[in-house]
Amino acid sequence: MNPLRWLGKYVIDSIQGLGRASLFLLEVVSGSRKLVRRFDLVVQQVFAVGVLTLLIIVVSGLFVGMVLGLQGYHTLAKFGAADSLGLLVALSLVRELGPVVTALLFAGRAGSALTAEIGLMKATEQLAGMEMMAVNPIERVIAPRLVAGIIAMPLLATMFSAIGVLGGQLIGVGLLGVDSGAFWSQMQSGVSFHEDVLNGVIKSIVFGVVVTWIAVFQGHESVPTSEGVSRATNRTVVYSSLAVLALDFIMTALMFK
Amino acid sequence: MGILRWRAEKLPTVIRKDILNDTRVVTGASDALVEFRDVQFFRGDRAILDGLSLTIPRGKVTAIMGGSGCGKTTLLNLIGGRLRPSAGQVLVDGVSVPGLNTRDLFALRKRMGMLFQNGALLTDLDVFENVAFPIREHKRLPEPILRNVVLMKLEAVGLRGARDLMPAELSGGMARRVALARTISLEPMMVMYDEPFTGLDPISKGVIAKLIRELNTGLGITSILVSHDVADACAISDYAYLIGSGRVIGQGTPRQMQESAVDEVRQFMDGLPDGPVPYRYPAPGYLDDLLQGRRT
Ligand SMILES: Nc1ncnc2c1ncn2[C@@H]1O[C@H](COP(=O)(O)OP(=O)(O)OP(=O)(O)O)[C@@H](O)[C@H]1O
Ligand SMILES: [Mg+2]
Repeated sequence: MNPLRWLGKYVIDSIQGLGRASLFLLEVVSGSRKLVRRFDLVVQQVFAVGVLTLLIIVVSGLFVGMVLGLQGYHTLAKFGAADSLGLLVALSLVRELGPVVTALLFAGRAGSALTAEIGLMKATEQLAGMEMMAVNPIERVIAPRLVAGIIAMPLLATMFSAIGVLGGQLIGVGLLGVDSGAFWSQMQSGVSFHEDVLNGVIKSIVFGVVVTWIAVFQGHESVPTSEGVSRATNRTVVYSSLAVLALDFIMTALMFK
Repeated sequence: MGILRWRAEKLPTVIRKDILNDTRVVTGASDALVEFRDVQFFRGDRAILDGLSLTIPRGKVTAIMGGSGCGKTTLLNLIGGRLRPSAGQVLVDGVSVPGLNTRDLFALRKRMGMLFQNGALLTDLDVFENVAFPIREHKRLPEPILRNVVLMKLEAVGLRGARDLMPAELSGGMARRVALARTISLEPMMVMYDEPFTGLDPISKGVIAKLIRELNTGLGITSILVSHDVADACAISDYAYLIGSGRVIGQGTPRQMQESAVDEVRQFMDGLPDGPVPYRYPAPGYLDDLLQGRRT
């Protein structure tokens, strides 16, 4: 095809997709009002997401923290500031790595699983079956998953950061001999709850919305065949990773001056 | 409540309205539960249904037969309001389905059940929970009563003993029976069966056929039976429609259908490979198509 036409088609398709996704989100949000009475559905989904992602979050958090400890120590030591290692580790995790890496892992693990699950429910007519039983799948299946993703993401990101700090301490204090008191007290005085912790949490809530939104939308839109579902799963991971990185840049620029 | 409801289906309309306490608009006590008037339905620019008119009588088993891909499932989806016709009217119990808003549509769907071609059981719930699903969603029943209702439905399809199995552990025939139990769990006025016999052995077929008949005579449920299997469909239906090229090409009691002299009907009833209904999908000339490769 003529490249110009290809570009035009690509742009139009993307904008249409974005429009459909927005309408879908509106529908899901208005459908989630009913979840107040069926909060058990949300709890179930938070649990499902938690089971999927907790282990990978804990392990990754530990290693990222340990790497931060190593790298940070060698750099800081050049300026004789190794005592600030705790501050460096904590700030990097709470502001950036916690929310971002958690969101990326979440997209790969829980997001893809969500898309596949919803896509297969569509392919096997389970969603159509629900509709015929006068149950709205948007309210019953999609909305609880979106809300669960939004709840789970900040919890997981906080967990990631906490484990990461412990990992940094393990290397910094345990292996490289940074003073334990300095490590913790510098962290305590340097990390602000409002500026750093809260902004990190806001980031991860935004990531939770975006990643779960993409995941459920792709599942719901998927072509109901095995190939269609596998493509949708793929798109979920790619789109949500890109969205997370781009949004992270924008939010960082706005939040931390 | 359930008994009251199916008894009520048979009462004159004026009284019934009070008993059922439903939001529907009850029109005259007509015999037709479902009515298609000149319905057209397009996929892209291909007309799947084209000027189709038929009526489904109350309290009877009506078969809708037709070749693969002739629009039988589409027709059921039109009745269920999952698709909208591009022209014509679809009336269920006197109400125009495409004109309903979501709330009324859902209220109507609670009164009709649909058995999907593949059962469409929820794979993350076991058999018991699958049957309980519509009840849990729509009614507030105390757990012991719910349990009894579900067990009664499962007993009706002979699968009370399979209540703890997951859908993946069921055979095709069992899955369809569980789906049937789920379909009748809200005690609908009407059940639509989409190809209930395909892929089943003769015994399971017999079981399903017997169930359909029993539900119809025992509970007075209007049944719409979609099938391309002439013998099975004729065996249990009171009336049959044959659909071809988007419209009704034959109708009558099973016996009338079997004795019909119309070419299209004959071809279908006797299972002749070619006749008025071509078995090929429209295509360019065969020779031209084969020679294409050499020319380019
Ligand atoms: N989602 C869809 N998109 C486009 N075309 C479709 C879609 N679903 C069905 N069709 C077309 O509509 C026609 C009727 O489909 P339908 O499923 O109603 O057939 P059917 O009579 O139920 O066939 P079968 O006996 O094989 O189940 C088919 O020719 C099919 O190609
Ligand atoms: Mg079909």
